[in-house]
Amino acid sequence: MTTEVPGEPQQALALEMRGITKRYPGVVANDHIDLVVRPGEIHALLGENGAGKTTLMNILYGLARPDEGEILLDGLPVRISGPSDAIARGISMVHQHFMLVPVLSVADNILLGEETMANPVFIDQAEARKRIRELGRRFHFEIDPDVKVGSLSVGWQQRVEILKALYRQARILVLDEPTAVLTPQETEEIFAVLRRLAAEGHSIVFISHKLYEVLEIADRITVIRRGRVVGSRIPAETDEDDLAELMVGREVQLIVDRGDSHPTDVALKIEGLKVADDRGSEVVRGVDLEVRAGEILGIAGVAGNGQDELVEALIGLRKPSAGRVTLDGKDVTGKGPRHMNEAGVAFVPADRHRFGLVLAFNVADNLVLTSYYRSPYARRGILRNQTAIEAAAKKTTAAFDIRTPSVHSRASRLSGGNQQKVVVGREFDRKLSLLILDQPTRGLDVGSIEFIHRRTIAQRDAGAAILLVSAELDEVLELSDRIAVMFRGAVVAVVDGRTADKNEVGLLMATGGRDRTVPPPMEAQAS
Amino acid sequence: MTAPAAPVPRARSLLRRLWALTAQPLIAIVLALLVGAVIILASELVIPGQPFDPLLPARAYIALLQGAIGLPPAVNPIVGTLVATAPLLLGGLSVGFGFKAGLFNIGAQGQFLMGAIGAVAAGILVSSQPSSIAIPFAIAGGMLAGAIWGFIPGILKALSGAHEVVTTIMLNYVAISLFAAIVAGPLAVPGAPSPITPDVGNAAYPILIGRGGHLGLLIALGAVGVMGWLLYRTTFGFEVRTAGANPDAARYAGMRPRVLIVATMAICGALAGLAGTGDVLGTQHHVTSSYGTTVGFDSIAVALLGGSNPVGILFASLLFGAMRSGASLMQISAGIPAQLVDVLQATILLFLIATPVLRRLFRLRGAKSGIDAPGTFTKTYVSGEPTPS
Amino acid sequence: MDGLINALYGIPVAGLVFEFFGYLLGVLPLVAPIMLRVATPLTLAAMCGVVCERSGVVNIGIEGTMLVAAFVGWIVGVVVAPMIPADPSPIFGITPALLIAFVAAVGAAGLVALLHAWLSISLRADQIISGTIVNIAAFGVTGYLNELISKSSPTSAGAFGQFVPPKALVEIPLVGWLFNMFLNQGPITMSVLVIVIVLQILLFRSRWGLRTRAIGEHPKAAETVGIDVIRVRYRNVVIGGMLAGVAGAALSMELTNSFQEGMTAGRGFIGLAAMIIGRWTPLGAFGAALLFASSQAISQSITFATPPGQLGDILLSIPGQFWDALPYIVTIVVVAGLIGRSTPPAADGQPYEREATA
Repeated sequence: MTTEVPGEPQQALALEMRGITKRYPGVVANDHIDLVVRPGEIHALLGENGAGKTTLMNILYGLARPDEGEILLDGLPVRISGPSDAIARGISMVHQHFMLVPVLSVADNILLGEETMANPVFIDQAEARKRIRELGRRFHFEIDPDVKVGSLSVGWQQRVEILKALYRQARILVLDEPTAVLTPQETEEIFAVLRRLAAEGHSIVFISHKLYEVLEIADRITVIRRGRVVGSRIPAETDEDDLAELMVGREVQLIVDRGDSHPTDVALKIEGLKVADDRGSEVVRGVDLEVRAGEILGIAGVAGNGQDELVEALIGLRKPSAGRVTLDGKDVTGKGPRHMNEAGVAFVPADRHRFGLVLAFNVADNLVLTSYYRSPYARRGILRNQTAIEAAAKKTTAAFDIRTPSVHSRASRLSGGNQQKVVVGREFDRKLSLLILDQPTRGLDVGSIEFIHRRTIAQRDAGAAILLVSAELDEVLELSDRIAVMFRGAVVAVVDGRTADKNEVGLLMATGGRDRTVPPPMEAQAS
Repeated sequence: MTAPAAPVPRARSLLRRLWALTAQPLIAIVLALLVGAVIILASELVIPGQPFDPLLPARAYIALLQGAIGLPPAVNPIVGTLVATAPLLLGGLSVGFGFKAGLFNIGAQGQFLMGAIGAVAAGILVSSQPSSIAIPFAIAGGMLAGAIWGFIPGILKALSGAHEVVTTIMLNYVAISLFAAIVAGPLAVPGAPSPITPDVGNAAYPILIGRGGHLGLLIALGAVGVMGWLLYRTTFGFEVRTAGANPDAARYAGMRPRVLIVATMAICGALAGLAGTGDVLGTQHHVTSSYGTTVGFDSIAVALLGGSNPVGILFASLLFGAMRSGASLMQISAGIPAQLVDVLQATILLFLIATPVLRRLFRLRGAKSGIDAPGTFTKTYVSGEPTPS
Repeated sequence: MDGLINALYGIPVAGLVFEFFGYLLGVLPLVAPIMLRVATPLTLAAMCGVVCERSGVVNIGIEGTMLVAAFVGWIVGVVVAPMIPADPSPIFGITPALLIAFVAAVGAAGLVALLHAWLSISLRADQIISGTIVNIAAFGVTGYLNELISKSSPTSAGAFGQFVPPKALVEIPLVGWLFNMFLNQGPITMSVLVIVIVLQILLFRSRWGLRTRAIGEHPKAAETVGIDVIRVRYRNVVIGGMLAGVAGAALSMELTNSFQEGMTAGRGFIGLAAMIIGRWTPLGAFGAALLFASSQAISQSITFATPPGQLGDILLSIPGQFWDALPYIVTIVVVAGLIGRSTPPAADGQPYEREATA
């Protein structure tokens, strides 16, 4: 069903995606999505993480095959078999995580796959450089083709990605979260480039979750939520509130009623914490937070705004570069995981297969992963006490309703929900000062989600301080007594959980606050 | 809430677990023997001058069996097999322990040699002392030398990230040179026509059974128990296994990877050194500059076939030990070169590594053994659909 | 300065060091041809390593691949020579049988590499284990067949002979020895420098080279621009295998004219070491291979052309095994980053990456 806007003449459509449906195990990523892009149009695809935007574009680019639906280019149905087919048809994609080879030069990266040849064997470097410089000049940026991409700033790497697409004479350019790592200045410059491209007849699909940018650059906006198109707008007739509401929906899906909290003393105090990511750029930039015993503080934020690194620093898996962390009055800044563990901190990681479980081990061993050296599980810290381990495992398995044939079954055999319950069982089943939960119910079935939510509230009522990090806004709203919003590595707002408005929080997550006093991200120094 | 399943009779479930553990190696062995038979038949066609004997494979395998344990089984052949097995067992335990920790110990060859020369040197020092002192001293010397040879790549990896595959292979060759230098130099018997060391005298292992069945057999068997205990009953073993299975989780659990790497490599070295010690103190009693063995590389095969598990390694080393021991009789009586054993060894591993293909052929479900080397150690590119975002 | 050191140590160290280097320079023209000959199989093995690892596939089965080629080259020559009797041609002593044997050797090596590729790429088995299996299989099969065949006392098909460079070239003062080094060789050794240079140029200037390097560094990026990573990797591993095949052929058909069990004697691993020290570039690996070969050359020249005086005494007292072990020790030192870090392609089977990854 083509979406027609009344009053506009019928133009030849550059791209039309009809009824695209894609299912993955356990989730419908795209549910009968229709998308229409006109030539010379900048079309924004707006939606939360996991809404299905990237899946849709992967289908367009040939990286995935749709289960249902069809794609039409210039009005003709096509079947796109892979990236080279997509490129040949004039579709180019600039990925969210750059697909650039750091040790190769700008020219080499642009040429890769579309090499300009002097003869069947050798690349025509001179001609290639000429073309690259020309392209750069046309869009008003000087680029040195011989510079190694790895030494470029993120903004310039972005330009190289765009040049890659232009070099292939792309008519349809898909940009996946292009401004996620750009400064406002760089964003403006890229927007200028995009406008020039659109003026020359290229069509641009711009995937984003940033409302104000979308309103600024797009000619048309399509909003996707949970795999479905929920609305299509023109910037002139909408605003941030309207878009936010479309993106997150109005109703909150409550699974459990958390009841009132009775917080007491401050258990966790974070002051001016700064943490760098694996590449060395500062992604947690001066966070101040307090969590009291007997309350749940939820950190809402789009994934990638520093939450993971914050959490890893708190549990001791990552060393902060500045700031202080105090637990129950004692300074624990920079202490390792075992110290934190023994101080009464529990951690349910976002990636349970990485930090949470050893899949090759059985349930019992996973349950003692952090306490294997203590009595009664080990005598004198050396000899393991299998009987004690097994007995404790049986108790925990029953208490946390972990469905497994036996405590000796391998963790890899369990379903996702039960695997998470093993992690939760291990972490929850003791006296706790602080409980850190990172995406605790991602990918789980409703039953497991409800179970974990109830247990979390029970821990709170037993007096633990709980820090919850989740990209699921509904989860944050359901569980949190107070909500902090993280944006670009800083806490931009802290609101009361009882009175928080979903749209308000969603807006904060997506924009960082109306006055936008958040400092811009530092340029990532790629090594 | 599903009702609990009716309890399976213990014997049946035990059998099922046994099958799950041993199915893949057993099938690989059977298939390899079949391939070996084909190779033998093909060899007949290639070599002119003899009538084609379709039963040659059977005769060869029977000769192999006869050489290994005797037909009917007799003490001396069996002892011969056990003597061949002992160093393989220790070497396999060495490599297997490394695998459990996520480390590739390709250096068993060099550690073996160092253990041998260390035992000889120590043995010569105490050769006139009473055995009760000389033997433990010589063993200690050999194990220490092997441990040092394992420690070096371990500390290099822990401090600089230097990969142990490269460093251990290089150290193998350094060991060969060092061994030759020591035999021809400080330990050489003066005036001998070719470099040779003195005898170890009282440090030699006593013979316990049959012809040549020395103390090393018991030591090797004991090592199986010790390593099994270490891996599965101690916290150290738990840490080693965790680091090998999931280094990130190991970090979260507060385990210290660098300490584990160094300790593991040193233990691997000590085990392989003990293998060399056993050969020297048990069989040779001295070494010459032409001393050499393939135990180093066979150990890798043993560890792989045994699934890095001490008991599995015990059986794998028995199999390879039997094959090596019986190979000479096979060559004499059936005319098949002893190198067939190497071919069989490689074929077994090939079938083992082709587990996914095998699984489809035999529709094995849940059989989880097979090559249990560090799983995600080498990330090879996977072309597939990205996960949904 | 010398005097101070003299006084301190009683040994004129600085003087001896200069004397040593002077000695080396003096001996160089004599040993250069031998060095190149020794370095040839090492270099070709290193080339195999470079091609494979630049594509992201670790190949420690080079040793076994070389061995198979050495054996096949020899045995095919043995079988074919009586069928096509011919006089050796004046240049390089080529006969049709030798040519056929050479082609067979390289082809066999390609097949072995195909096995490694299948195990590593398609079955996604661990690349170190796959390479080890190749080595074990190669030793076993070649040893077995060799034993089987040697019973019938086969006669070798001969070997590639050496080219004799014109005297005028060799006698040019100062650089004449270079001509001797590169020209007084058999065909494979003569081609090594060419192969190295060609690979260097191709790797860094051709389309194949660019794509190869890309899939070794960031295969996902290459996939998104439409490159078939699997296919390129397969192809490159087979090409690498064929290079190792030439190395093996050099062993049994040029440097010697026979086959011995296990005759590769670790050269495949030295080739890998040369690749590492040469920072995964053909020219660098060639230089490293020459360095390794020089170790053996120095050892020999000390015995046969001992320098006079105190230097000679000191050098003679160093056990010969030291020179044998030197290349390996140097490799360890380099890998441990003690003299400059040598980093492999980023996606190279990850054996050399610093952190343990999942």
